[in-house]
Amino acid sequence: MGVWYSLVSVLPFEWAASDTYLFMKNALLAVLVISPLFGILSTMVVTNRMSFFSDALGHSAFTGMTIGALCGFAEPVWCAVVFAIAFSALFTVVRHRSNMASDTVIGVFSSTAVALGIFIATLGGKSFTKFNALLIGDILSVEPSKIGMLALILLIVIVLWCVSFNRLMLSSVHPGLASSRGIKVIWQEGIFSAAIAVTVTISMTWVGLLVINSLLVLPAAAARNISRNMWQFHLFSILGAVISGVAGLMTSYEIGTSAGASITLYLALFFIITFLFRNKWAA
Amino acid sequence: MNNNKHNESEESFGCSGSCCLKVNRLGVSAGEQEILSNVSFHLHCGEIVALIGPNGAGKSSLFRAILGQLPYEGSIEFHTAAGQEQRPLVGYVPQSPTFDKGDPVSVLDFFAAAISDHPVFLPAPRKLRARVSECLSRTHTERLLEKRMGTLSGGELQRVLLAVALEPLPHILILDEPLSGVDIEGERQLLDMLDEIRARYDLSVLLSTHDFANLERYADKVILLKGRVIKTGKPAEVLKSPEFEETFHLRLGREER
Repeated sequence: MGVWYSLVSVLPFEWAASDTYLFMKNALLAVLVISPLFGILSTMVVTNRMSFFSDALGHSAFTGMTIGALCGFAEPVWCAVVFAIAFSALFTVVRHRSNMASDTVIGVFSSTAVALGIFIATLGGKSFTKFNALLIGDILSVEPSKIGMLALILLIVIVLWCVSFNRLMLSSVHPGLASSRGIKVIWQEGIFSAAIAVTVTISMTWVGLLVINSLLVLPAAAARNISRNMWQFHLFSILGAVISGVAGLMTSYEIGTSAGASITLYLALFFIITFLFRNKWAA
Repeated sequence: MNNNKHNESEESFGCSGSCCLKVNRLGVSAGEQEILSNVSFHLHCGEIVALIGPNGAGKSSLFRAILGQLPYEGSIEFHTAAGQEQRPLVGYVPQSPTFDKGDPVSVLDFFAAAISDHPVFLPAPRKLRARVSECLSRTHTERLLEKRMGTLSGGELQRVLLAVALEPLPHILILDEPLSGVDIEGERQLLDMLDEIRARYDLSVLLSTHDFANLERYADKVILLKGRVIKTGKPAEVLKSPEFEETFHLRLGREER
């Protein structure tokens, strides 16, 4: 962390001066790790038409948190991770076994998870307020050890992408063709869902449940407007996410708004701009 | 019980020296429902066999069984020209898949994802580009390399998918209704290409179709399927048979009622 702090201190900002505002420097580093992570995952969420699914996962992560808190774990986040992975696995299986449209399946799962979460959180007349922090998220509270964990997840996702992106993409654009070439489609979907589940759950505390899905949808949705191939798609998605992430954090510092919401608004702006230029770039 | 009878019919359909796929008394069921039963036929190298039959006749199930995606009864064997038995490599061209017009998946991305381990979210190295381009040239589609999948016409898409199915070069090529969603010009091109491919690579082609007008031009053999093999033979034989009329007329009659 020392290296990072001295690196940042050359920046011309009020909070960048040495030995001050360490929380802001932590937050900046966290954003630099979280935003490319979401930028990468976002491409598959959009290609696979899973934006509603990732939203549901966020809700299930919240349920996991309440269960963890109920059981009295010091770190309910691990309980949430387990719950979210189980939720995503169950969802993948139900989607393959049933002939229901996947948005119906998601709707069923999502509403059940939220209801269960609120039910547990308010059990015995307890107040819901202690969970409010989860809804909004607070990036400024991130600790160095947690940034390390996020970096580890980023690394795992990058490795996963290098190893299995081709199979993942084929499974998503044409499951029949993919399985004719020996790809186990259900496993690809399962692994990808699990990656989203872990990422969403771990970052929820800092990004906020209410806006976390926008980070999973907007970068690639915007990049899709101006990309002709997968390389451009990833490049623009990651760039857009990182720039919006940093800009959002700065803005939230300057005018005192929620970082998650500010980042999302920058991403929305990114989407609007690319949408207006979509015909010029990707025709 | 009727083992003797079965052996007789197998001999009369011998493989006669070229490589061939033997489908023997194949049965496929989904739960209680029987989709295919007692389906037997041989498919020789260099042969184009058309599978016809009403919707729900089990054509796609037969394909999926050959691809190993469905459990089945009976046997599917492949023999090389030398008479050795081995697992066949099957190239599969799926039924007109839908690509979203805006999906940023270029032909190169799609192709490279199918045939190589190089992750396609990184720019393709020159060598891979050249290889994909060469594969595409088998179906004269190399000029589509940079196009997005969603912007191709029906005929172009079928030809790109055909090129994917030809890499690595399969023993058997399966096309699921390749002519649906393709205009007349595209249809002619596709059929000429199939003819060229089976001659050049000496592979067997099994395709399903609802287009009976052109059957005689390209198919060596026609299999009329409806849960089982109703009739098999040269295109003209099958098209003029009472079984053909019955299969399709009966269906019409029921629909009219």
